[in-house]
Amino acid sequence: MADKIIVHDPRGYPPKVVGKRLANRPESLDGKVLYLIDCLFDNADVFMEQLRLWFAENLPAVETRLIKPRESWVDDPEMRAKVVADGDAAIIGVGL
Amino acid sequence: MGFALALEQDGIPTIPVSTHVFARLAKATSLSAGMPTTRNCFVPQPVVGRTPSELRDYIEGVDPVNKRPFMQCVLEGLTQPLTGEDMKGATFERSTPRLLEPDTEDNLRQLFIENHWTDCLPVILPTEARVEAMLKGSGKPADYVVGTMRPTSFREAWEFDVEKVAVNAVMAGARPEYLPVILALSASGVSARSSSTTSWACLSFVNGPIRNEIGMNDGVGAMGPYNHANATIGRAYGLVSQNVQGGSVPGDTYMGTLGNNWAYTACFPEAEERSPWTPFHVDQGFRPADSTVSVFFGGWYTQAGFGPRETWKEKFIRCLTATDHFSPPVIVMDPLVAHEFNKMGFSKQSLIEWCAENAKMPARSYWDDQWITTLIKPHAVAGVEPFASRLKAAPDDMISIFQPEDLNIIVLGGETQGAFKMISGRYMGRGFGADKNSTPAGLIDIWR
Repeated sequence: MADKIIVHDPRGYPPKVVGKRLANRPESLDGKVLYLIDCLFDNADVFMEQLRLWFAENLPAVETRLIKPRESWVDDPEMRAKVVADGDAAIIGVGL
Repeated sequence: MGFALALEQDGIPTIPVSTHVFARLAKATSLSAGMPTTRNCFVPQPVVGRTPSELRDYIEGVDPVNKRPFMQCVLEGLTQPLTGEDMKGATFERSTPRLLEPDTEDNLRQLFIENHWTDCLPVILPTEARVEAMLKGSGKPADYVVGTMRPTSFREAWEFDVEKVAVNAVMAGARPEYLPVILALSASGVSARSSSTTSWACLSFVNGPIRNEIGMNDGVGAMGPYNHANATIGRAYGLVSQNVQGGSVPGDTYMGTLGNNWAYTACFPEAEERSPWTPFHVDQGFRPADSTVSVFFGGWYTQAGFGPRETWKEKFIRCLTATDHFSPPVIVMDPLVAHEFNKMGFSKQSLIEWCAENAKMPARSYWDDQWITTLIKPHAVAGVEPFASRLKAAPDDMISIFQPEDLNIIVLGGETQGAFKMISGRYMGRGFGADKNSTPAGLIDIWR
């Protein structure tokens, strides 16, 4: 029978995960302001424009507004503040 | 994804839309952010290059991950009442043990492979004795925190100490005298295992006395598998990166579509003694007697040639404009090439400036690039130069694609041929390391 040995775990130390709740949902988007956030990934602007057109044709009671952050993958507090101040919901895409 | 999670916390119901290949990554990111029930929606890959009509089909089609109509997922995600799970999020501690449960060597080797803790080549198992011996290569205590690392900007950073670096150095087959170099590379905080879809790697270059002290090879075959220190230091940096950051697993913490062979190992010394120019680290403000590592993020492409011959200018321009211009090249040249340029009257800086001035392409080609569009264009639109002027150019106007500060030159090689390579590599700068933020990252001597 082969001898057993002890070895180190090569992984680093992960941070503690603190749970955060999702935002409350409205019953309906009718009459609400929905921000369509173009995350600036290549061709995401075209996708968001198609999404805007879909809402205009299918759910015209929803007011959509297109918006972009200053940079990709970098927080834009000003843009977020505008969405929070003026918006009721948001869709962001396309990308991570 | 980060925007979406932040907006949810700000009280705005938000749907992050990704393509289906990112489903596992989106789930993992939501979980580690404490919001595992984030209402992610997905469209098919790719979005890039698809026409408006094709993208409309995505919107009116089925979410390939949630298996329901895409717009149904979106609308329900924005309006369906929160559940108990949504309300509480998920708080949990994760820990990694210092030592694994005792087992046979065969079983442990299998465990390391199954857990994606290796680069799929054989490793030296990090026994307590081997790690203890490795730690003698640095004067720092084993529990000294080196820094943090993450696979990409929107993932959480994991912390690591000197012992964790030593563990991975053992696995790579490194010797204790290499440990200060590996610690300096790790302290850069730059992951050699970026999760980007662009399949990056990190190349690193060593300067100063330590190159010779540990027997690195800057001569014949310097960039190949012909030197123990070169090979194992670069490999150790890769293993450190993938393990201390929480993984480099395809589909989860690695999304590089092609992968990158430089990721196996890519650490090389500069041939300072045979270069006509000042060493790279001195150009960056270090003293000649300092030992340093310099990290270049790239490895995406390689152009190569010989010279400088009579038509070297055309050759250089062809190589420079054949690069993916989002990622500027580090130009690695044999001492024979450097001496020829020197005889022609070029200093290192004047050659860099020549390259920046003459590397031009039509504006339409410059902007027709996924990453230039995604990452540079927003700056251009905001008026940031030189990008704003490049955006104003007519489609056929020839515009510069690099600035001098984008380009760097390293001299190494065995002088068996006047060869050069232009390798994708953005210098990640001196920055500040983990050493109380007072010492520049890259200085090896603080880790001795």
